[in-house]
Amino acid sequence: MDSLTLIATISIVIAGITTGFGTMGPALAEGRAVATALTALAQQPDASATITRTLFVGLAMIESTAIYCFVVSMILIFANPFWNAAVAQAAAAAGK
Amino acid sequence: MRLGPDELVFWQHGLVTLNGTIVFTWALMAVLVLGAILITRRLSTSHERSRWQNLLEIVVTGITQQIGEVGLKRPDRYLAFLGTLFLFVAAAALATVVPGYEPPTGSLSTTVALALCVFVAVPLFGIREQGLGGYLKSYLEPTWIMLPFNLISELSRTIALAVRLFGNMMSGAMIVGILLTITPFLFPVVMTLLGLLTGLVQAYIFSILAAVYLAAATRPAPSPGKPATPTP
Repeated sequence: MDSLTLIATISIVIAGITTGFGTMGPALAEGRAVATALTALAQQPDASATITRTLFVGLAMIESTAIYCFVVSMILIFANPFWNAAVAQAAAAAGK
Repeated sequence: MRLGPDELVFWQHGLVTLNGTIVFTWALMAVLVLGAILITRRLSTSHERSRWQNLLEIVVTGITQQIGEVGLKRPDRYLAFLGTLFLFVAAAALATVVPGYEPPTGSLSTTVALALCVFVAVPLFGIREQGLGGYLKSYLEPTWIMLPFNLISELSRTIALAVRLFGNMMSGAMIVGILLTITPFLFPVVMTLLGLLTGLVQAYIFSILAAVYLAAATRPAPSPGKPATPTP
């Protein structure tokens, strides 16, 4: 296997693993947060405005970790620096 | 495949590049500013008023109320800054119903610029509320050992603000693009609707987080029992 194929394979596989594993934790955490917020809402419907706002802010905090993983895998697939460097090197070698 | 509106070039001459981000941002700004000017040209204080004035009043009073609930003492002082942030991000997300439009918030440059605005505004408002010494002292809370961590959190939350908005808006456009190649007819429409919802939620979160940061910087002196403000 030449280096270009190796880089492409590893990048794609790692991108999948990054999003797959990176969303597991936030998914569990968001589920717990929403479940707890629903319990709180059922017990105290009067405080719904505060609970909902805090829930949204908290969900955004949790979700941002999943978003980081997504951005990393998008970089790996669409804007991979190693791939670009390898392609430039191959082009330079072919041009000689 | 384009990663965002940055790579959509309308016009290029030498070093000057007019890409999608700039064009759509200026179009949004023109719509927002012209709309606001047109609506506020004939304001009335009686019960006879235009429906557009009603709409603007609902928006402005709603934003003011939300800012007040976060814990800022004088919401009207922060209305201009936080309201503009919210309206711009929300309009950028809602305008995706227009064909051919791409949200400028799907470009990292725009979101970094917005986050930098918050990064600069927090010390400005903090110094205005409690003076230079009072604001600088808030970095030494609860003890001086926390100084480096407070500085790191100041930076990391700015990066988090930018990347969160960028990731959400970019992923919305990207998911629709990928689904168009897999299941072309009905499913992308549903995901576009979902994208409208997440866009509004992100606009809300962006402005609420900015308000929370401002509230943390302008609060006089945190009492020991008060919970710390969230830092991502």
